[in-house]
Amino acid sequence: MKIELRNIHKNFGNNHANNDITLTIPSGTIQGILGENGAGKSTLMKILSGFIHADEGEILLDGKPVTITSPAEAIRHGIGMLHQDPLDFPPLRLLDNFMLGLPGSLFPNRKEAIQDFNLLKKEFGFSFDPESYVDSLTVGERQQLEIMRLLFLGARVFILDEPTTGISAAQKTKLFDTLKKFHEQAITTIFVSHKLEDVENLCDQVAVLRQGKLVGEMTRPPGAHAGEKPFDTKKLVEMMFGKEISLGARQVMEQHGCILELNGISIEDIRLKIQNVDLEVNGGEVIGLAGMEGSGQGPFLRACAGMVRPVGGSVRVRGRNLTGKSYHVYKRNGVEFLPASRLEEGLVPGLTLTEHYLLAEKSHDLFINRERGVRQAQEKITSFNIKGTPVHTVESLSGGNQQRALLSLLRETLSLILIEHPTRGLDIESVIYIWKKLKERCRKGTAILFISSDLEEILQYSDRVLVFFNGKVSQPLDASTTTVEQLGQLIGGKGWAS
Amino acid sequence: MRAIMTKNSRWTSIGFQIAALVLALLFTTLILLAAGAPPLEAYKNIITGSFGSFKKFSDVLVSWVPLLLVSAGLLVTFAAGLWNIGVEGQIILGAIGTTWALRELQETSLPPSLIIFLAILAGMAGGAFWALLAGALKTFGGVNEIFGGLGLNFVATALTIYLIFGPWKRPGVASMSGTVPFDEALHLSLFPGLRLSPWALVIAVIAIVIVYFLLQGTYFGLRLKAVGKNFRAAYLLGIPTWQHMMLSFLICGALAGVAGATQVTAVYYRLIPAISSGYGYLGLMVAMLVNYQAIWAAPVALFFAALNIGSIQLPIVLKLDSSLSGVLQGMLVLFVLIMEGIRQRLFRRS
Repeated sequence: MKIELRNIHKNFGNNHANNDITLTIPSGTIQGILGENGAGKSTLMKILSGFIHADEGEILLDGKPVTITSPAEAIRHGIGMLHQDPLDFPPLRLLDNFMLGLPGSLFPNRKEAIQDFNLLKKEFGFSFDPESYVDSLTVGERQQLEIMRLLFLGARVFILDEPTTGISAAQKTKLFDTLKKFHEQAITTIFVSHKLEDVENLCDQVAVLRQGKLVGEMTRPPGAHAGEKPFDTKKLVEMMFGKEISLGARQVMEQHGCILELNGISIEDIRLKIQNVDLEVNGGEVIGLAGMEGSGQGPFLRACAGMVRPVGGSVRVRGRNLTGKSYHVYKRNGVEFLPASRLEEGLVPGLTLTEHYLLAEKSHDLFINRERGVRQAQEKITSFNIKGTPVHTVESLSGGNQQRALLSLLRETLSLILIEHPTRGLDIESVIYIWKKLKERCRKGTAILFISSDLEEILQYSDRVLVFFNGKVSQPLDASTTTVEQLGQLIGGKGWAS
Repeated sequence: MRAIMTKNSRWTSIGFQIAALVLALLFTTLILLAAGAPPLEAYKNIITGSFGSFKKFSDVLVSWVPLLLVSAGLLVTFAAGLWNIGVEGQIILGAIGTTWALRELQETSLPPSLIIFLAILAGMAGGAFWALLAGALKTFGGVNEIFGGLGLNFVATALTIYLIFGPWKRPGVASMSGTVPFDEALHLSLFPGLRLSPWALVIAVIAIVIVYFLLQGTYFGLRLKAVGKNFRAAYLLGIPTWQHMMLSFLICGALAGVAGATQVTAVYYRLIPAISSGYGYLGLMVAMLVNYQAIWAAPVALFFAALNIGSIQLPIVLKLDSSLSGVLQGMLVLFVLIMEGIRQRLFRRS
């Protein structure tokens, strides 16, 4: 099926997530969509698969304009989406999952479904028992099951969102074989990824998104075979991350004694394993953690705060062994963690700024002195330049002001601050302001670890950088001698000694 | 712009609630018409039945006491984001605790007022214990407090029946009418000529006042709200979250226990199978209706109590079932919630 997207626009508040995107995908093509987090890939795919609606723009399937109002309607048009986290039902049997979404089946015909199931299974060389349960499968197998289900429902277009995250090499090979089979059957595939290598191995053409805009397209030259270099990697990286923009001179703080000491830390979750990381962080130092979302930097940062329990190794803060202790113990030892999802994890929607400062002050009094609370809030609001009043609830503030509020809740003296995406979604003025405040902390001897998907931010404000890729952690890189391009390659999985 | 919105939204909010009240009355009227009963006559009977005389109003207050105690307790658990459905069982355990203490102490030489005091404390402990069970199931067992509480309610009812027909049965034949009534010396004293105990009334009023200040003016109340509104953020802010949840269960259970204790010491003077009289569920409705604002709990609970008492004479006068009050109460809660939903939807649009 041929897909044409014409002048797609989508706004989320002030955020122009998709800005005039026009893209044509010929029938049977494997189309790669590249871009960093927040570039607008997912938004575009959600529009195509009916999860959300475009504010403006047209979708044409085989030349006919269509409006897709729900995922169910998308699949009626033949568009199936494979989500990064499989959207299946772990407590159900494989067969029941397989039959889900089948229209008009009050009394489904299980026998017929089993036949179709086995037929598809054979065609693609998967090995499943239709009567076993989904929760006994690996992520890769669940993906295969989902592919079969979508085929069974008549999908002619497959959207795959980061399909190679968390699956084994063998399963990846199988997935790619399957996708190549699609190619022969004139099924169109859209492959959303940040892994350059996967895109290069698989895709016929690539589109790169950055900040909501389509910044470039490349087509595999005819006659190029897998194994050769069909696309110019350097150019792809440049398109994904943009050119370097100066945020002013880099500041280097004087470093004090060791604050955080990780010894052979290993972390495991369902998707990935981080093994045996050693790191020493000094007071006044800033360490940037780079990598695409889900590469392991999240659990790593949380492990430094006691929010994820490492399966091996030890964490010491100012020489004290805090391995296995809870976040509250870390907090008492001068560690604070600021989450990326400000309203979900950081602040309490429904409570005012004043109430947040009251909560953060850890008073042992019984009664609240509201007057003093408001006064204290007003001081914080002034000193952190928050656009709001003490009686404003946090959800009524803009994102930048929420981030400032979060920052203003940090206690006066701290050893270590751990931040996820300190400036995500903020305007440049806020970015500079927030880093000014953080650097003031460094001057007083606080160490900072932060995650960011903005490579310029990482290089600008870090002293050293750790790159994460699929659970692997690089040696600390000196930020002053590393370029955005080198970082981009590492993030995309290039240049790792395996 | 935002300031105008909040000012507006206060008035629109009141408007929507009045609309909800009208709709609830309208709907109940339809039901009355369908049942072939004269609606105006029925409403008139409810009003005269509850506010028609001083004696009748005092009966409303008798019903107001346990309802207010339970609602006060539920405001605390709701603040912590918990649906303490188990409050019904907590009332029952309060009654059982009080009955137990009275039975144990009635033969001793302690002064009766001290015995009553100790018995009420035992009721508090009983209710608190039952609430902590639900809390522990949630915190350590991962059982949602709604299911845990519901299960414990059935256990509490079964326990009452067992006690009435087993260890605490009347000499001779056990009966549904409950255990042997306690000696008059062990009753909470009443206003002369009325069924209302000034002590019970005072306890209930003190309870709601304490809860009001607890939620409005203390760090503890603020932390509870933070836990209720955003558990994870509260944890990151350094609040010991599960401990606060347990404490809120404890407070609610203790207040429900006192409600059970007053049912025994000031209303029935014995343990009966239906000792909780559904005040737990009614309290949940009150708490929802007042949108978890302590200041409104007292008048709304009074209104509900009046509906309860006012409908008592409906079967006699109009041959209507007294459960009509329940219909009206239920309708009211439903329509208030619906109107609130509509209001929010409208405002999100604009």
